This record gives sequence, structure tokens and C-alpha cells, in this order.
Amino acid sequence: MNAIEVIPLNWYLLLSTVLFTIGVLGVLFRRNAIIIFMSVELMLNAINLLLVAFSSYLSDSKGQVFVFFIMAVAAAEVAVGLAILMMVYRNTKSSDINVLNKLKW
Amino acid sequence: MITYLFSFLSFLAIMFALMVVLSKNPVHSVLYLVLTFFTIAGHYVLLNAQFLAAVHIIVYAGAIMVLFLFVIMLLNLNKETEPQKSVWLKASAAIASGLLLVVLVGSLRGADTIVATNAFNPNIGLIEKLGKTLFGEFLLPFEVASILLLVAMVGAVMLGKRSIK
Repeated sequence: MNAIEVIPLNWYLLLSTVLFTIGVLGVLFRRNAIIIFMSVELMLNAINLLLVAFSSYLSDSKGQVFVFFIMAVAAAEVAVGLAILMMVYRNTKSSDINVLNKLKW
Repeated sequence: MITYLFSFLSFLAIMFALMVVLSKNPVHSVLYLVLTFFTIAGHYVLLNAQFLAAVHIIVYAGAIMVLFLFVIMLLNLNKETEPQKSVWLKASAAIASGLLLVVLVGSLRGADTIVATNAFNPNIGLIEKLGKTLFGEFLLPFEVASILLLVAMVGAVMLGKRSIK
């Protein structure tokens, strides 16, 4: 039962490319700030999957350690980001990013 | 057998990821994202990274997604209050990300296949090998990550306070 002997690495490359693009689509497609955060999480997970795939194919555990660090950074990002979002909602009564246009040129 | 399993998990992951973006209700988006994370954990198991699969489920599905769900329920977001972009902006977003996909896939098609230099070792995803790497070579980044989490916690508490006198 071993995937890396049967499945070419390119399939994992394609899968994580598609997942990353869906994340980009979510950032461009939606106006709700929470959904945009979730799309960023999706992009981070696409990269994690790619790192694990490379780590398994090259038999090198450093890639999986990097996935740990990405998870830690993602957890920190979500904590701070959701706190900012709560502040924004408290001040504007909305989670719409189009309300936040003061820095727009 | 494994090929079918890979195709099934990939299909489910892409479908659930699309449903995250396309579903109108934010609560449904969060639940679909949890399902996406479970399929990605299945991919980790296929890639012999069992410990990482467990950590992925615990951290993402258990902690981060619950935080998202908590905030969505706290802000009382639902289908009626959901802001929508205009049709033109949605179409241009779909075209832009489709072009990004074409560019990335096109650049990957011409890439050479990598050749493994290490001997094949099925145990690298297990906790023993991973722990030795994490606490040997990557000890300093590990400690810095703990400082990062502390700073994030302090920042979240600061931002969450009602007013700072």
C-alpha cells in the first residue's frame, strides 16, 4: 500500500495547483472577509500537500517539518485575522470588505 | 486500487473546495472546508505521512475551523446578510483564476521529473524520524514558532478588547 510507487509526482503537482487556483478564485470571487480568510487557508493547504508530496517522493523529512511551521503560522494568522475582523464588524456592523475603502486610491 | 483512491480523494477535494467558494451560506462554506481538510488528510495518509495527517485533522478541523464557525455564529452571518459582487466582477474573477490555472499547468508541463537522491524510506512520516529532524536540525525555528504563537495570542487579546484607555 504505497502511493508513491503507483502515482506520478505530476499528479500531485496538478492537484495542488488546482486547489491553489480555487483559493485564488475564492479571494477574487467573494466579498465576505471570512470567506476570503478561508480561501487563504485553502491556498496554504494546497502548498502543504505539495510539500508533503515532495518530501515523500524524495524520502526527506525536512518537507514535513516545514508543513508543521506552516500550520503554526496559519494558526497565528487566523487568530489575529479573526480578531481584526471582529473589530471591523464592531465598528462597521458588516463583514463586507468593500466597506473598508479608506486606503483605496 | 491506489490510483482509484487517489482519483476519488482528488475529485472530492476539488468539489468540496469549489463548494467552499460557491455556496451562498457562510456556515455551509465552513463545513465544506472541513470536508476538504479531511480529504487532504486522506492524501497525507496515502503519502505515508500518518502523523502529519493526525496533526492536520486536530489543528485544522479541530481548532481553526471551530474558530471560524464560532466567529460566523457570533457575527450572525447568514444567507440574507451575505454581500454579493456584481456579475461582471464575478466573471472577471473566474476568468482571471482560470488563466492563472492555465499558466501554472503550462509551466508544469515543461518541467523535468525530479530524481530521488536518498534511498526510499517508508518511515519518514512516522513520529520517530520526524521528531529527530524537528528537535535536531530545526530546533531554533521551533522555538521561534513558539514566540510567534505567543505574539499572536497577545495581539488577538489586544485587538479583542473593547477600548484601550
